[in-house]
Amino acid sequence: MPSINEIRATMDYGPSPENASEARAWLDRHQRRFGLFIDNQWSEPAALFVSRNPADNEPLAELTQASAADVDRAVAAARRAQPGWAALGGHGRARALYALARLIQKHARLFAVLETLDNGKPIRETRDIDIPLAARHFYHHAGWAQLLSAEFADHRAVGVVGQIVPWNFPLLMLSWKIAPALACGNTVVFKPAEFTSLSALLFAELCQQAELPAGVVNIVTGDGEVGEAIVAHPDIDKLAFTGSTEVGRLIRRVTAGSGKKLSLELGGKSPFIVFEDADLDAAVEGLVDSIWFNQGQVCCAGSRLLVQESVEARFLAKVRARMAKLIVGSPLDKSTDIGALVDPIQRQRIASLVQTARDEGCTVWQPSGALPEQGCFYPPTLITDASTSATVARTEIFGPVLVAMSFRTPVEAVQLANNTVYGLASCVWTESISMALDIAPQIKAGVVWINTANQFDASCGFGGYRESGFGREGGREGLLEYLTPRAEDARPPAPVAVAAAPRVPDAPPAAGIDRTAKHYIGGRQTRPDGGYSRPVHGVDGRLLGEVADGNRKDIRDAVEAAHKQSGWAGASGHNRAQVLYFIAENLAARRAEFAARIAAMTGSADAEREVDVSIERLFTYAAWADKYDGAVHQPPMHGITAALNEPIGVIGMVCPNESPLLGLISLAAPALALGNRVIAVPSCVHPLSATDFYQVLDTSDLPGGAFNIVTGDADELARVMAGHADIDAVWRHDGSAAGCAEVERLSADTLKRTWVSGGRGRDWFDEEQSAGRAFLAHASQVKNIWIPYGV
Amino acid sequence: MTSSRPPNPRRNDGCTLDLDWLGGLRVNRNASDRRAASLAARRSVKKEHQAAWLIQAVRCMDLTTLGGDDTPGRVDRLCRKALRPLRADIAEALGVSGVQVGAVCVYHEMIAPALRSLGGCDLPIAAVSTGFPAGLSSFETRLREVELSVAAGAREIDIVITRQHVLTGDWQTLYDEVRAYRQACGEAHVKAILATGDLVTLENVARASWACMMAGADFIKTSTGKEAVNATLPVALTMLRAIREYAEQTGYQVGFKPAGGVSSAKAALQYLILMKEELGIEWMRPQLFRIGASSLLTDIERQLEHFVTGQYSAAHRHAMP
Repeated sequence: MPSINEIRATMDYGPSPENASEARAWLDRHQRRFGLFIDNQWSEPAALFVSRNPADNEPLAELTQASAADVDRAVAAARRAQPGWAALGGHGRARALYALARLIQKHARLFAVLETLDNGKPIRETRDIDIPLAARHFYHHAGWAQLLSAEFADHRAVGVVGQIVPWNFPLLMLSWKIAPALACGNTVVFKPAEFTSLSALLFAELCQQAELPAGVVNIVTGDGEVGEAIVAHPDIDKLAFTGSTEVGRLIRRVTAGSGKKLSLELGGKSPFIVFEDADLDAAVEGLVDSIWFNQGQVCCAGSRLLVQESVEARFLAKVRARMAKLIVGSPLDKSTDIGALVDPIQRQRIASLVQTARDEGCTVWQPSGALPEQGCFYPPTLITDASTSATVARTEIFGPVLVAMSFRTPVEAVQLANNTVYGLASCVWTESISMALDIAPQIKAGVVWINTANQFDASCGFGGYRESGFGREGGREGLLEYLTPRAEDARPPAPVAVAAAPRVPDAPPAAGIDRTAKHYIGGRQTRPDGGYSRPVHGVDGRLLGEVADGNRKDIRDAVEAAHKQSGWAGASGHNRAQVLYFIAENLAARRAEFAARIAAMTGSADAEREVDVSIERLFTYAAWADKYDGAVHQPPMHGITAALNEPIGVIGMVCPNESPLLGLISLAAPALALGNRVIAVPSCVHPLSATDFYQVLDTSDLPGGAFNIVTGDADELARVMAGHADIDAVWRHDGSAAGCAEVERLSADTLKRTWVSGGRGRDWFDEEQSAGRAFLAHASQVKNIWIPYGV
Repeated sequence: MTSSRPPNPRRNDGCTLDLDWLGGLRVNRNASDRRAASLAARRSVKKEHQAAWLIQAVRCMDLTTLGGDDTPGRVDRLCRKALRPLRADIAEALGVSGVQVGAVCVYHEMIAPALRSLGGCDLPIAAVSTGFPAGLSSFETRLREVELSVAAGAREIDIVITRQHVLTGDWQTLYDEVRAYRQACGEAHVKAILATGDLVTLENVARASWACMMAGADFIKTSTGKEAVNATLPVALTMLRAIREYAEQTGYQVGFKPAGGVSSAKAALQYLILMKEELGIEWMRPQLFRIGASSLLTDIERQLEHFVTGQYSAAHRHAMP
């Protein structure tokens, strides 16, 4: 014990340990052995594995490795409970969620200490951030449960939801998953990470105290095998996963074709952009909150510093000075900034990536402070002299390691920021609001923090672009992940059969002059790369004409053309509306011709109505083009969060075979209305109303490349699109179950968004099923821009 | 402990006023508030460490009386308390001796009575000056006031800046004014009061801090204690960051003095934490840190008694300053 005078010489903080005795007492009350929480019952602990405190390797408790049979029981319990839980109504569920929020708050300190013991993160973070945000999430969603029937009257619960979370924010991720699921009337089978299950087990006790009906929340512990059992379970309707991009890819592949709704919140390599006019000292603190929060084990960590060259040296000097003040130590000490990594395996991975940086010629800097002698600790690390090609500049490190690079101009800052396969979060530091609000929409990331970092709130959606996953958590958009439009229930089990009529080989062609339709790429009719064409026969078996037989190179060209037409996304909603109205007007002028064509191809008695509804649909999305506005949230901070509905980018779509014109327009129009560029593969049986449509497009002021049409074999072209890394989403709506499954499976490589019909059909004439907000939601992704302010 | 004590800082001679630098200063209010708010939650000082820190706070205190009703008797009480701020039994239990506050801070007319009360003791007297608190008497009068206070025996002069120079962006005049005060002070140290409550924005605070430091201020001080808003942590943060960067650029270490409203031991600890985090332990000593206060001392004594005895204390158990 140093004397008062000795301390006066050093002015050290001294130890300030949080008392962990309550948390240990809680563990002791359970004999430090836990079973599974299924159907409101605790199973006998079995197949035990040990959960340790990573700060000192102390065994905390033995947990049950759930078996496939356990997962079956949990899913069955959830299935039994779901109708009753949904039928309880919004108010009944609101009361339950409110009770859970209150209980979390009541046990806040116990949760905080338990989480710190289990995970190794500093007590300051669990106490001041994780647990309060978790409680807030339940409060907020108690409110959504209350309002659900009014605000989402045309939706229902998805059903039974499987949820898998990582170890970095155990209770917070639990709340992000469970609160919205329950609010919407779903029941859940939840799996915490095997390293960090304790707070979920304490939460299970609160579910009992809140008298949640049996089976509404089921918690199964264990390793990845338990996760696999959940993912593969046939009676789960929706999966929500937070974790690594690699596992996210696997889940996408495994669930392809299963019809399960899926949301993935995955990795990141988020840019932290510092402009020369930023408050540099403030930005340094932002960086601390960004990359040295939770030991850097944060999917949205600002791990790539991009600093303007004019202030680079000054800023890095400030960063180093600040790093030297970070306290690495016991997670239970109230003055600790950086606690323990979750597991030695994580430390090895980080150390090895840092070594790679050295090997590749980067400069690695760490402050000289000592690390605790035992336990799983890693010092804050700054890597400079790293180019974009350095491994550490591209790979998610998931540790307290910052990679710094510089930029010259705002344009270059955006290019560097987007030079990654990820797109989760980003920070922009500048004192110019004009600059900040210009840069934010250009960054391909689901969250932009302006002059702040790592802020979260239940009212603001969180989730990624690109390989950071899809789906949102929090906000209105987060609820949609746990709801199904009721109109979906009305969809026919299979599409209308459109088997081409038997060909009549000797019959004369229907038209006098041979017309072989080409592709429509970049606003021009282009010959197919392969030089082949496909015959198109009418309902009477006669040859109606020929269309280009597209191949992978035609898709490639269409993608290039689409990307060149970035101006379409930047055009105003008003401008896009004008173009869509013009298309409708020009289609109306040729109503009879299109109706005749449809009738000749399909024999439809409804051909005229199909053209009319197509025109109406164009009107619908022209109307929406300048009205599908985002929202402004007011989370608990001095500032606002702007939620923008941004276009997905380039969408490839395989259109239905029935209603060949209306199907094409129903899919393409909402996408175009929001600024997406489209590559459409029209009905391969009845493609001619699409190829006739070129002339309508040509006369409608649509910029070339915004809408590309490639005819050919649906399976082959869908395969190319699903695998193309520069297509952002693929939609397939031709009712081919196998084809849709393939699209979902192939999309996993780049984690592009998919929207597929599966084997089911859709009544394209029915406005409820085939138009409106649900379509617009698929054509957009929400970006939340946090804008704190103050003088 | 004396062996490890760093030498006294070299006195700030100031430098040329750099208007471009001032113009380029940017302070983000929201982020500053956030940092200030989180700092107290990020650092914790308990038990004997807290006791040691509180003693350091006592040593860094400018024990102050600035009332229109000040008399030699009142000032005498203050000075005696300044020389022996801790109850003898508490000091003994803590194992510390000879603890004095940093200075006593009074109006010009009370310099002579204070000198008499302090006798030969080496405790500086700080005099508020230059038309304190508004600073709007004639420049000539203000300058003369400085000279008279120095002649009367004040070793530190707490000058108030002319706020209109900040509010109108007339940095050159502000610089010239402070430079003139610095010259008039001679050997006495200049503590420049920014009256940050009047300046309102943190960018004004940052620019005024820089102008005063460039003009040669030995300390920059937040408030007179008479503005509507006195010392706050975000304002302190802004001033400390200016001090840090000024030291990096010029090598001069400028002191910091929050004043007004710092009345609890907890608040004093927060300012010390801020000093340590933003500047380092060199700045946690009376040469470079002062807290302008009066009632603060009693609260610190109560906390120290609590540390010694384990029982909560009461104000009346400690000699009032």
